[in-house]
Amino acid sequence: MNVRRDMSLFDKDVRPSSTEDMKQEARIDRRTWLTSAASLVGATVVGLITPALPSSAEGESPDPTRVPGRGPSPYGVRAQGETTQRLTIATHSLTPHHALHGTITPSALHFERHHNGVPSINPDRHRLLIHGLVDRPLTFSMNDLARFPSVTQTLFIECSGNSGQEWKGPTGKTVQETHGLMSTSEWTGVPLSTVLAEAGIKPDAAWVLAEGSDAAAMTRSLPLAEVLNDALLCYAQNGEALRPEQGYPLRLVIPGWEGNTCIKWIRRLKLSTAPFMTREETSRYTDLMRDGTARQFTFVMEAKSVITSPSGGQRIRPGFVEIRGLAWSGRGKIVTAEVSTDGGRTWQAAQLQHPILSHCHTRFRFGWRWNGDETIIQSRCIDETGYVQPTRAALVAALGVHSFYHYNAIHSWKIDRQGNVTNVQV
Amino acid sequence: MCRSRPATSIILALGLFLMPIGISTAEESRYGFGQPATEVDITAWDIDVAPNGVGLPHGRGTVQQGATLYAAKCAACHGPTGTEGPKDRLVGGQGSLATEHPIKTIGSYWPYATTLYDYIHRAMPFPAPQSLTPDEVYDLVAWLLHQNGIISKDAVMDSRTLPAIRMPNRNGFISDLRLDVPIH
Repeated sequence: MNVRRDMSLFDKDVRPSSTEDMKQEARIDRRTWLTSAASLVGATVVGLITPALPSSAEGESPDPTRVPGRGPSPYGVRAQGETTQRLTIATHSLTPHHALHGTITPSALHFERHHNGVPSINPDRHRLLIHGLVDRPLTFSMNDLARFPSVTQTLFIECSGNSGQEWKGPTGKTVQETHGLMSTSEWTGVPLSTVLAEAGIKPDAAWVLAEGSDAAAMTRSLPLAEVLNDALLCYAQNGEALRPEQGYPLRLVIPGWEGNTCIKWIRRLKLSTAPFMTREETSRYTDLMRDGTARQFTFVMEAKSVITSPSGGQRIRPGFVEIRGLAWSGRGKIVTAEVSTDGGRTWQAAQLQHPILSHCHTRFRFGWRWNGDETIIQSRCIDETGYVQPTRAALVAALGVHSFYHYNAIHSWKIDRQGNVTNVQV
Repeated sequence: MCRSRPATSIILALGLFLMPIGISTAEESRYGFGQPATEVDITAWDIDVAPNGVGLPHGRGTVQQGATLYAAKCAACHGPTGTEGPKDRLVGGQGSLATEHPIKTIGSYWPYATTLYDYIHRAMPFPAPQSLTPDEVYDLVAWLLHQNGIISKDAVMDSRTLPAIRMPNRNGFISDLRLDVPIH
């Protein structure tokens, strides 16, 4: 990489997890890996940046070409000094999209949402029960499920509450706070249809209750015809067993549907003629409209995009800036992502990273030369159904501001004359 | 997610045509994995309660018993009268949903009384889910419905009376229009 040291750098908004992390970052700063104005917590290494060449006499570490490196390790860890992490809140944690590249979210940084903690489950004792309107009620061990023909799909999962605080105004300071309840992984498992066929679906079955074995016994009713299409019972994420917080040893993944339907730690499927009207599909995960009615079973996550850098809490310098972001749609593939650097007055097509996958984050990029003037940058996307991501004004006009869920408006980042990026709404 | 009837008919016709020569039948496409679930297996986990009351256990609860139990096991999170928090507000808010400050509670928002039994039993109290007896769950349901002005202080909740309750916001929900999904 032949990148000039004085090009624009992002001042990463990261929160060190410990004093050890802060020491690591301090060391990096002393060695002048980055030349941008360092924030209070210091700047982390950006993949595109070529470090300055430290003299061998500088710092604690000698020239690495003169010291044998460490040997192989049975399970890898990231480089020392890499401290990007989830932002944890009582019931969830948020993916740090401002610091990530490409489309796959590292498993360790995949967002979490659980309703009464992460259960500890012995996979040898875990069972999936299928009963209700089936010919043969069955239980499956994890070994049974792994024997079925398997499939792999790269899919986003987005909590329907992602960006939910933005209904009432520009609340989140960073993209991690505004859009951190979504992630993308490569998921592997067995089609739900394969496993249900094993039990034999009775003709009058129309809904299926999916229930987790967490301390909330998290439950959703799902329309059978829809989930027979493409829902997966997954046991692997990014090539290895699911992370505990992602449902180990078994979870549902329903392409494009709100995350809470992708029941984690799943242990029971019950087929019935009608939905069960559980708390999670009546009191929660329903969308209150301004007339006082509420939309129910709003499964599909509509098309949405966001600029992940430059984004809130970062700082840019005049000159070339690559605007980077993510676009996705619960209805299928992204066809177009556009960027505005003048607050939405004009739009230009961004470059989409191929392959573009259905129900998956698509990375977009747009080369921009910032002249140092105050401005607002935005992105919007169009999916293969022709759906255009709405402006905030259009979304609020349609749904009011009390829905809480399914906020997918165009997101605006303001850049001031100093290059500081903040969350605004226009 | 579009499904056209003609396409389905063609697939069915093909299936009927192919069956006699043994290409594929439901039986032959099975893998034979898994174990038959016994009644014991099913009963141990079958905790859901449907809006028509199917799944409700035997037992009964009263408003008076519920008040005592609520104070002991619920008030710390939901407040002495169900309105104070710090966790979800459970009482009041009727008539507020279409205003600038909607208050979503059991009384103002929940469409089915049976959901109360299902949810309290499966997930509450938060530190000890599924620890309450059926009588205790019915007690709490009775108190919460009474606090919300839905049943009288003398009402008794059981598997017969609970599904018969019509919640104030029963007609407040509309199926998402974006999908062709039948709800009932």
